[in-house]
Amino acid sequence: MASLEYTADEMMTIAASRALWNGAVCFVGIGLPSAAANLARLTHAPDVVLIYESGTIGAKPDVLPLSIGDGELCETATTTVSVPEMFRYWLQGGRIDVGFLGTAQLDRYANINTTVIGDYAQPKVRLPGGGGAPEIATSAKEIFITVRHSRRVFVEKMDFITSMGHGDGSPRDTRGGMVGRGPTRVITDLCVLEPDPETRELVVTALHPGTTREQVQEQTGWPIRFAGQLATTEPPTRDELEVLRDLHARTRKAHAGQS
Amino acid sequence: MAKMMSLQAAIAEYVRDGDSVALEGFTHLIPFAAGQEIIRQGRKDLTLIRMTPDLIYDQMIGMGCASKLVFSWGGNPGVGSLHRLRDAVENGWPRPLEIEEHSHAAMANAYDAGAAGLPFAVFRGYIGNHLPKVTSTIKFIDCPFTGERLAAVPALRPDVAIVHAQKADRAGNVLFEGIVGVQKQACLAARRAAIVTVEEIVDTLDAGPNAVVLPNWVVTAVAKVPGGAYPSYAHGYYQRDNSSYKQWDAISRDRDSFLAWMQEHVIQGPTDTAAGANHGVA
Repeated sequence: MASLEYTADEMMTIAASRALWNGAVCFVGIGLPSAAANLARLTHAPDVVLIYESGTIGAKPDVLPLSIGDGELCETATTTVSVPEMFRYWLQGGRIDVGFLGTAQLDRYANINTTVIGDYAQPKVRLPGGGGAPEIATSAKEIFITVRHSRRVFVEKMDFITSMGHGDGSPRDTRGGMVGRGPTRVITDLCVLEPDPETRELVVTALHPGTTREQVQEQTGWPIRFAGQLATTEPPTRDELEVLRDLHARTRKAHAGQS
Repeated sequence: MAKMMSLQAAIAEYVRDGDSVALEGFTHLIPFAAGQEIIRQGRKDLTLIRMTPDLIYDQMIGMGCASKLVFSWGGNPGVGSLHRLRDAVENGWPRPLEIEEHSHAAMANAYDAGAAGLPFAVFRGYIGNHLPKVTSTIKFIDCPFTGERLAAVPALRPDVAIVHAQKADRAGNVLFEGIVGVQKQACLAARRAAIVTVEEIVDTLDAGPNAVVLPNWVVTAVAKVPGGAYPSYAHGYYQRDNSSYKQWDAISRDRDSFLAWMQEHVIQGPTDTAAGANHGVA
């Protein structure tokens, strides 16, 4: 097969989609995680259960939602519950396999900041805040994070932790199974990172095709470590690319069509 | 028993300067028309409560209605920042805004506790993050049975709750359909008044036995406002106008363009019909 042309963003979304297995119950964040989770549903994981914090359980949107509560999600869901029920019974109740999150910043222990850059009371940049993420990060059995790789995101020191990853690297207090394992995978447009089993610091375990170690280091705000057996991500297949591009095209058309 | 009123009369009668007010609607059924009526009536010093402040709170904050915001996610969904909220927090414009910041789980639980008449909500949350350092209403307690450390937040009890729904019948019973968010909880948690705007008033709700219905004796006022959730949406009536949400980014980025837009579309807009009517939706 002739090699396919694709963008780094497409590689990221496709690599992130492959992390979800068929039948996984996934609490989906808006944006990149939603694209990845829906791509998984439309390719190798038709029975993945997509849950959005607006209360929609088993959503099967034909186009990607702009907000976490677009009508498309409710119309295609198995059921729609109230927001208190969503957070109490479904998330806190331990029924979520994977929380799929994005972020504005993250550190070497995959802690997430979506609250503020600079001092909280006198912020340099006020970000939207935590939303569902602070409890998704601890109540889902594991967490995937997908985000574009840059020094603005992968920072040495964060001003604020909105949602816990692996804290300071100490083992998590899992409270008899009611608190999940935390971030197990971070998928960027350059590589895949996983926490070291001992130190819980993020380690690059796979580079996307054509990416170099130097590029990853250049875009990371701390001295990044690489796994001894560094893999190369499988490039996108023709099918994955077609389905993803169709999804984006449908989405653009749907959102442009409303004025 | 619910009174049938105009929106203008309901806001004039029940929303006072200095009140805590929750205009709820989780991305769906956002009570835009009611929020804009509060702006037109020039209410001040409000404590605005809402999980997802959205464009309507950006407008209310930018027009100087609020002195405090209680919230859990303050962005323009899928687009970016709420620029008026940011300007108030970062620069104190048009006036300083105190913030009380939570997570969604905390606020959803706090509304639920308010509806249930409990003083506080308990849940497994705020583990390992910095929100408890900056929000004084986040505490921790030990479960008296297992010893597990759990998060606690005070119940939300707004003076006034304001929501939008699809339908009310002529007796003022209200039906919500689709993404129902925390509207029922917010109305039941309200101390003084629960105001509901609706798309239409019908002879019979035709609600299934398990539908989300607020009986008329827990509703203070019902106002018919077709298009009252625009540019958010009303399931079964009209879709979310995503392009308006995208356009808001440019309108709201600059103080002058924001004020000009508000003057044209809200201050001089129709006083007793919906934002949606103004945009040709209803």
